[in-house]
Amino acid sequence: MDDAINILQNEKSHQVLAQLLDTLLAIGTKLPENQAIQIRLVDVACKHLTDTSHGVRNKCLQLLGNLGSLEKSVTKDGEGLAVRDVQKIIGDYFSDQDPRVRTAAIKAMLQLHERGLKLHQAIYNQACKLLSDDYEQVRSAAVQLIWVVSQLYPESIVPIPSSNEEIRLVDDAFGKICHMVSDGSWVVRVQAAKLLGSMEQVSSHFLEQTLDKKLMSDLRRKRTAHERAKELYSSGEFSSGRKWGDDAPKEEIDTGAVNLIESGACGAFVHGLEDEMYEVRIAAVEALCMLAQSSPSFAEKCLDFLVDMFNDEIEEVRLQSIHTMRKISNNITLREDQLDTVLAVLEDSSRDIREALHELLCCTNVSTKEGIHLALVELLKNLTKYPTDRDSIWKCLKFLGSRHPTLVLPLVPELLSTHPFFDTAEPDMDDPAYIAVLVLIFNAAKTCPTMPALFSDHTFRHYAYLRDSLSHLVPALRLPGRKLVSSAVSPSIAPHEDPSHQFLQQSLERVYSLQHLDPQGTQELLEFTIRDLQRLGELQSELAGVADFSATYLRCQLLLIKALQEKLWNVAAPLYLKQSDLASAAAKQIMEETYKMEFMYSGVENKQVVIIHHMRLQAKALQLIVTARTTRGVDPLFGMCEKFLQEVDFFQRCFIADLPHLQDSFVDKLLDLMPRLMTSKPVEVVKILQTMLRQSTFLHLPLPEQIHKASATIIEPAGESDNPLRFTSGLVVALDVDATLEHVQDPQSTVKVQVLYPDGQAQMIHPKPADFRNPGPGRHRLITQVYLSHTAWTDVPLPSPNPGDGAWCWGSFFLAVLQQLLTRRLSPGRQDAAVSEALSPIDQVPDSASLAVSS
Amino acid sequence: MPEIRVTPLGAGQDVGRSCILVSIAGKNVMLDCGMHMGFNDDRRFPDFSYITRNGRLTDFLDCVIISHFHLDHCGALPYFSEMVGYDGPIYMTHPTQAICPILLEDYRKIAVDKKGEANFFTSQMIKDCMKKVVAVHLHQTVQVDDELEIKAYYAGHVLGAAMFQIKVGSESVVYTGDYNMTPDRHLGAAWIDKCRPNLLITESTYATTIRDSKRCRERDFLKKVHEAVERGGKVLIPVFALGRAQELCILLETFWERMNLKAPIYFSTGLTEKANHYYKLFITWTNQKIRKTFVQRNMFEFKHIKAFDRAFADNPGPMVIMPGYCVQGTVGHKILSGQRKLEMEGRQVLEVKMQVEYMSFSAHADAKGIMQLVGQAEPESVLLVHGEAKKMEFLKQKIEQEFRVNCYMPANGETVTLPTSPSIPVGISLGLLKREMAQGLLPDAKKPRLLHGTLIMKDSNFRLVSSEQALKELGLAEHQLRFTCRVHLHDPRKEQETAMRVYSHLKSVLKDHCVQHLPDGSVTVESILIQAAAHSEDPGTKVLLVSWTYQDEELGSYLTSLLKKGLPQASS
Repeated sequence: MDDAINILQNEKSHQVLAQLLDTLLAIGTKLPENQAIQIRLVDVACKHLTDTSHGVRNKCLQLLGNLGSLEKSVTKDGEGLAVRDVQKIIGDYFSDQDPRVRTAAIKAMLQLHERGLKLHQAIYNQACKLLSDDYEQVRSAAVQLIWVVSQLYPESIVPIPSSNEEIRLVDDAFGKICHMVSDGSWVVRVQAAKLLGSMEQVSSHFLEQTLDKKLMSDLRRKRTAHERAKELYSSGEFSSGRKWGDDAPKEEIDTGAVNLIESGACGAFVHGLEDEMYEVRIAAVEALCMLAQSSPSFAEKCLDFLVDMFNDEIEEVRLQSIHTMRKISNNITLREDQLDTVLAVLEDSSRDIREALHELLCCTNVSTKEGIHLALVELLKNLTKYPTDRDSIWKCLKFLGSRHPTLVLPLVPELLSTHPFFDTAEPDMDDPAYIAVLVLIFNAAKTCPTMPALFSDHTFRHYAYLRDSLSHLVPALRLPGRKLVSSAVSPSIAPHEDPSHQFLQQSLERVYSLQHLDPQGTQELLEFTIRDLQRLGELQSELAGVADFSATYLRCQLLLIKALQEKLWNVAAPLYLKQSDLASAAAKQIMEETYKMEFMYSGVENKQVVIIHHMRLQAKALQLIVTARTTRGVDPLFGMCEKFLQEVDFFQRCFIADLPHLQDSFVDKLLDLMPRLMTSKPVEVVKILQTMLRQSTFLHLPLPEQIHKASATIIEPAGESDNPLRFTSGLVVALDVDATLEHVQDPQSTVKVQVLYPDGQAQMIHPKPADFRNPGPGRHRLITQVYLSHTAWTDVPLPSPNPGDGAWCWGSFFLAVLQQLLTRRLSPGRQDAAVSEALSPIDQVPDSASLAVSS
Repeated sequence: MPEIRVTPLGAGQDVGRSCILVSIAGKNVMLDCGMHMGFNDDRRFPDFSYITRNGRLTDFLDCVIISHFHLDHCGALPYFSEMVGYDGPIYMTHPTQAICPILLEDYRKIAVDKKGEANFFTSQMIKDCMKKVVAVHLHQTVQVDDELEIKAYYAGHVLGAAMFQIKVGSESVVYTGDYNMTPDRHLGAAWIDKCRPNLLITESTYATTIRDSKRCRERDFLKKVHEAVERGGKVLIPVFALGRAQELCILLETFWERMNLKAPIYFSTGLTEKANHYYKLFITWTNQKIRKTFVQRNMFEFKHIKAFDRAFADNPGPMVIMPGYCVQGTVGHKILSGQRKLEMEGRQVLEVKMQVEYMSFSAHADAKGIMQLVGQAEPESVLLVHGEAKKMEFLKQKIEQEFRVNCYMPANGETVTLPTSPSIPVGISLGLLKREMAQGLLPDAKKPRLLHGTLIMKDSNFRLVSSEQALKELGLAEHQLRFTCRVHLHDPRKEQETAMRVYSHLKSVLKDHCVQHLPDGSVTVESILIQAAAHSEDPGTKVLLVSWTYQDEELGSYLTSLLKKGLPQASS
């Protein structure tokens, strides 16, 4: 550093100076603790601030921003220097002649803020001046600075220039940032629009102004289309749209009262949403969403604008606005004319848009029964136009029904086309549209006991059928006159949740408390509990994650106990070579299961990871012992011993904080004996391990709060298709893959598609990040295309080789989704130890698809 | 006094035949050269005799600039260049250059073939006229001659519409032509940088209108078309202006694509079809969406829209037809104007059963948009053209109120004179600049700084050099100018003591100057000499002789005023 400073004093070249300062900055950031160095560097920076080159000044400011002391007024009397107020120094350069230096000054100020220095309020005024700077990067940075200050001093009062009034700083800043939404540079506009969203403290009066736009035609006040639609709605008329001039302007306006340049917030979002760059529009929609979430009244107001965005020319914007609408749907009720516009989007040819809209309709509040009817009609239209949307539409109607039982009730006769006197024809049970209607009605009937009275006989029959075949869509109903089977089930559904959770807890506690049962009893208890848990998981989808997780753990324990019960331990080693198969298989399986536990569940916390690793360690010990007993000679054993001890050491280092929780456990004892083990011979180590393993107690696995099993379901291509895929060898064929991923964290980097060719060759394909959609929390949808290509097979028995045209086909197509849930809790040293196993097959493609984990 | 003179020959307090003469720093530029839709006599073209009665226009005009291809901005061009006579350069953007002749030819056909006018420009004249055109790119600075330069900015409105900045030295004028500040389905929004021109000449078609969001408009339009098509009906959309037809084509095309509709859409052959060919070529002039989509396909290669053939008219099933502009007297025009019964040839009376709906898809900036552009460009004054006088009045008042700049709205033939104060560039020698810079402490852009030097004016260029260099260059000897001043002080003590007191006083007051007491009894402050002497008549009064050179005038006069106040009483 001294060298650098010395060279700095004699250097003339500006470029070299800048680079030297850069070096000093790097040094300074490496030594954040050393106050003296920092002060010295800041001094150096201040000295060079007067340099004529912008590059040098830039670097100086950067240095000040990164190293400037946070405590104000570090006085240095010895040198007679006045208080070095970094903020003041940087603030002076806000009016530098070079825009790059101005930008650097603002950035330095922001850097100070990031490091925790409280900026002065005085900066606000300086920053406001910079908003009208000629250069976009200065304005962009200034907007950020204003936002920062407004978050620091939201409540302080600032005067409005040219009047005596005063307003809150956050309101003033909001107005200023709103003004920047109509800036000349789109970079600034995006920046401003984004920041608007996070200004939640702004008062509602200003917030509502952002959607305000007074229309005028030839100096007459004109109502906006939104206002007209609202009025027509409230007056009960429908827009004729046929009269020339029904939008004719009405009252005259006073010319003096018209304000053409909005002061502050007026119409900011109106402009932002109409911007020419879609980046700005997306930012505006996002901001709108965030503000609407915090203010219900604003949500109501911005609805019209959001609905308008559904017709944007760029799909991303449409999608974003639909998602936004879904997020704020708790606060809003759609008017009929708005619903009309929303539903028009159902005809969109993009699948993403339609599905997003279905999700939106799931959680929308509709105000009238006509609205419900309209929605149903449009959804059915959608169904006929795009039959692939079937599942999504059914699900949508399920929620629509259960949310609006009273609105559905008057529609029932019409929907079921029943007649008071005549029996009508029984509709076709396999018609997806009819099923859709039934889903709506049955879900509404769940909370509306009078509804079943309107059903005709066949409806009840259809109910029974659908309740069985589509149980996730059709709830259990209390039906009058029917057998009590269903009514017995229905009350037990709702309050079932708590007891089942209790049951889970109790059964687990029973296992943990009864540790010192005789071996036979323990095994039985474990087996029963595992069975119980598995069944529970099947019944209660919410508890499936926990139940599976616990069951897996218990299975590991069971395997361990079984392995230790083997007779071979009592017999002299060399005699029972074959018997040890079972034990080593158990060890292997425990390892597998522990990897699954670690990587296949989302929401696994550190305390569970410890237990899992502990279990794995036990399995490794078991493996070691088994190997020791079955192999002759000491040499291989020696290496294995060493490796095992390393693992123990690694375990200790990784989980040092958790060791106190592992009292009395295998590893606890192991660590006590560690010094002895290190010096003993392998044979002795094995002996010690053996006794310890048998004495070790069973660790209690604390249940994590939120645990879900990661899973993937391949919707397309469906397994066992009748049409085998044919392609010419050597050429490429594209295959559409559609899969739903549940509870997979960061799927963009962890999920891969594996194609298994009949000859056993496997190909890994990494889908593009854009192929993943995120329709809801914890869920992802992978829609991608996989390219298949293969040379001709010669040595694989094929079902029906067709040598005539050179194409090959086969009966079943193999495809697997491979999840690579890597590195989450693994230290770098462990990553190379890769294990990969095939896991349980996925429902939809029973034989061919498999889920594999590699770590 | 330098000045900018602006005279509208057309479009002054009027819409149509835009033609504005601008004189700036001795250069004469004609902005646009349009025709008027409302007249069929001589008034349809601007009165070029205003420029010169005899002699060729080329001698009087340095260049002509055409903002876009609409006829009210370029319709008089062949008449002007070929029939009146102009051989200078005509500047326009590439798309304008491509589409303009099609429109001119169409206009000529209607005037000559349909209305049978004689003495109209011919096809050959259009061709000859287009040969004089120089095409410019966006943001390209074109040097018309050594001093005059022009630069085009994007204006929205129609394909190839541009705003032009005309600049001579430090004086500049921006002419907007027609522009649109809200982007539409195929064009972006007008944009200009903070060029701070002396004058901004802006259109003001919608001076008193603030428009509703374009989304409502588009939604209404699409909904109406969609409903009619779903019912199995036929939709006719007569579109007035070229450019708007493309806008609706894109709107319908994307909607058809989005909604997977199958009904055919037709547009009229002829003008729209020909122009569409050029729309396909100038993708860089369109908006973000079309430019992005171009990677996959050209959005003007319509999938659902085809050229119309009369044979399709009786095809069953729904369809959408865009027949183009309905000229007065046609059946279309009658229906549009609200007639419910039509008399056909052969005295057949037809009842109009179709529904007629009206929608506005204008591509002009509204009042807010105009204000926004003025805000962006930050001009020193604004001039309104291309609008009605009454509406302009309102906007003028608003502009003056909001931006505190002068605003003009001349009628046709009326000249506006704008005094300007152009800045004159002066070269400064680097040595002098560095020396003066070194003296200052921190740079402060806001504060003016005093700088000593000599201004040399030689062959109309100005240089600022240090006085030594100036002397050397001019071969002059240096003279020194000294000021001396006597200050009387009442002090009974001896001269030396007085000098001592003066020294200590100055030392205490002038902290940042070098104050010295010389052995000969005199005091110096920097280069200023102060000597104390006894008054010849009154021994109780001492005379202080203060002497300084011209360069130290500031400090010297300060010192004398300080000494005149007298010395402070000695504390003892």
